[in-house]
Amino acid sequence: MGTDFLQYTITGLTVGVIYAMVAIGYNIIYNVTEIINFAQGEFVMLGGLFAAFFVGTLHLPVFLAFFAAVIATGCVGFAMERFVIRRARNAGVLSLIIITIAVSILLKGSAMLGYGKDPHCLPAFSTRGPIMIAGAVLQPQVLWIFGVSALVVIALSFFFHRSFYGKAMLACADNPIAARMVGIPVRQMVLLAFILSASIGAAAGVIITPISLMDYDRGAMLGLKGFGAAVLGGLGNFYGALLAGCVLGLAESYCAGYLSSGYKDAVALIFLLLALFFKPEGLFGSEAATLKKF
Amino acid sequence: MNKKDRWAFVGMGLLIAVFPGVALNVKCISHYVDVMVFAGIFSLVSLGLCMLMGYAGQVSMAQAAFFGIGAYSSGILTSRLGWNPWMAMPAGAGVAALVAWIIGVPALRLKGHYLAMATLGFGVIVHIILGEEVKWTGGPSGMVDIPGLQIAGWKLTSEVAWYYMIWSVVFMALLFCLHVIYSRVGRGLRAIHEEEMAAESMGVPTACYKVQIFVFSAILSAIAGSFYTHYVTCLNPGSFNLMWSIRFVLMVMVGGTQSLWGAILGAVLLTFAGNEWLQIFSDFEILVYGAMLLCAALFLPGGLASLVPKVIGVFRNSLTHLCKR
Repeated sequence: MGTDFLQYTITGLTVGVIYAMVAIGYNIIYNVTEIINFAQGEFVMLGGLFAAFFVGTLHLPVFLAFFAAVIATGCVGFAMERFVIRRARNAGVLSLIIITIAVSILLKGSAMLGYGKDPHCLPAFSTRGPIMIAGAVLQPQVLWIFGVSALVVIALSFFFHRSFYGKAMLACADNPIAARMVGIPVRQMVLLAFILSASIGAAAGVIITPISLMDYDRGAMLGLKGFGAAVLGGLGNFYGALLAGCVLGLAESYCAGYLSSGYKDAVALIFLLLALFFKPEGLFGSEAATLKKF
Repeated sequence: MNKKDRWAFVGMGLLIAVFPGVALNVKCISHYVDVMVFAGIFSLVSLGLCMLMGYAGQVSMAQAAFFGIGAYSSGILTSRLGWNPWMAMPAGAGVAALVAWIIGVPALRLKGHYLAMATLGFGVIVHIILGEEVKWTGGPSGMVDIPGLQIAGWKLTSEVAWYYMIWSVVFMALLFCLHVIYSRVGRGLRAIHEEEMAAESMGVPTACYKVQIFVFSAILSAIAGSFYTHYVTCLNPGSFNLMWSIRFVLMVMVGGTQSLWGAILGAVLLTFAGNEWLQIFSDFEILVYGAMLLCAALFLPGGLASLVPKVIGVFRNSLTHLCKR
């Protein structure tokens, strides 16, 4: 009983952290542009598949593959902003939704074209065997996942609160017109936001692939659950996203363990709907942020 | 209905009426009648979605879920419980309406991105339920042996009979929608699309209208789902997934969100694309759909329907030019 519970907790936290990374990707783009990027989940999928390609076909060492995959996906984010979103900068919300959905379909289709329909695997980052804690199995990869995501969150808060570019991006989020007036190149900040968000999504994809494999079809679900975490944590709030991601992951894992494994995918979505319907400002969102969005 | 719509209505009626006569006599397109039955079914969905997207300005990524609710209600009620299909159809529509109302009341307070995500999430939940409730829905392997339709003891077996039946339903739905958009409600809806706050301050009951039109679109989708069930007589959850919701949105986008005629045109074009022309791409048709969606949103925001007045204008100009000479 206790062992099972511990095992479910470990599994839940692992996927939860991944959802949190996806949520952070949403937050970055949302913060700067107020666009919800429906292709966010596809970045995660691309990251995993790129890494699998770099390791499996080019035989790069796994750490090099990690960075190569992050950079490659960052380029995809760059292309998406530069060639698609920028063209549609005067479009209405409805068009922007359709456009990001279209990009997500295109990315998914291209991934299927390039990598086929079979799931791809990636060797774990360290070769050491699993660690046993009170009867529960802890893969060393899980520690890597926690480590990488902690690093990402810390680096991001430094970036946004200490660095020049980060502050400029926050200014765009707050008031794009005022930001432009003080000389911040808003378009470049938007470009940066897309690159950053694609890279973080890709990092999440690479670190989860050794545990859960990756195929072309995973993006949409990861994206939806990540959005659930983003809303639950309050859109734009990084720490909220982290906490909400873990809550969703745990809920999903306990549901799979104790109730029904078939419905585990529905749990996060039900949380998403409940959050949207009853508390759209999220658990940790501020009143001001809510006013901006509605 | 204005004069243009009346002429378009008569014109389209004639086209639809003579189509099987032509198609059945030309060997290589004789199966187009079958495709057109599907096109008719999907037209019902896209009409409802067009009202919601183009006139009320709300996006729904859950149309496939309502389509599925209608389809599975019909399937379960007729094949498991022995109901008459004509009784099961309104029952399915009722279920879809109730679900749409429950989802719609809180969801339509949301706007833009949030609404899209909420309906997306809801659609995926319905798809999961269809796959999991094996006892009722047959799970991933689906249902078979669903009875066909009968009208006054006469079984609808031939494609031509189905064709005329489904397109008369489409025409009735279209007539209804046209009357709605030229009514007080329709003007209110367009006002919501333009500027919700202004509409509300002018006394348009925005919340009420949005929920009503959402429920209406769900009912149309569910009815379409019922017809689909009885036409193909088997079901599996794959026909009601996210990709189908996106296809329905694409139908409306390609045809033109602001035009009910465009919605039907989009449904017909995309059904032919999906069932016929894109077959050579097999699995990669998803890429084509993505590209179409992107191009429609970027370069042709008014859809094909917005080209019609332009084409007519060019035609008229060249005609007057010719007459002058």
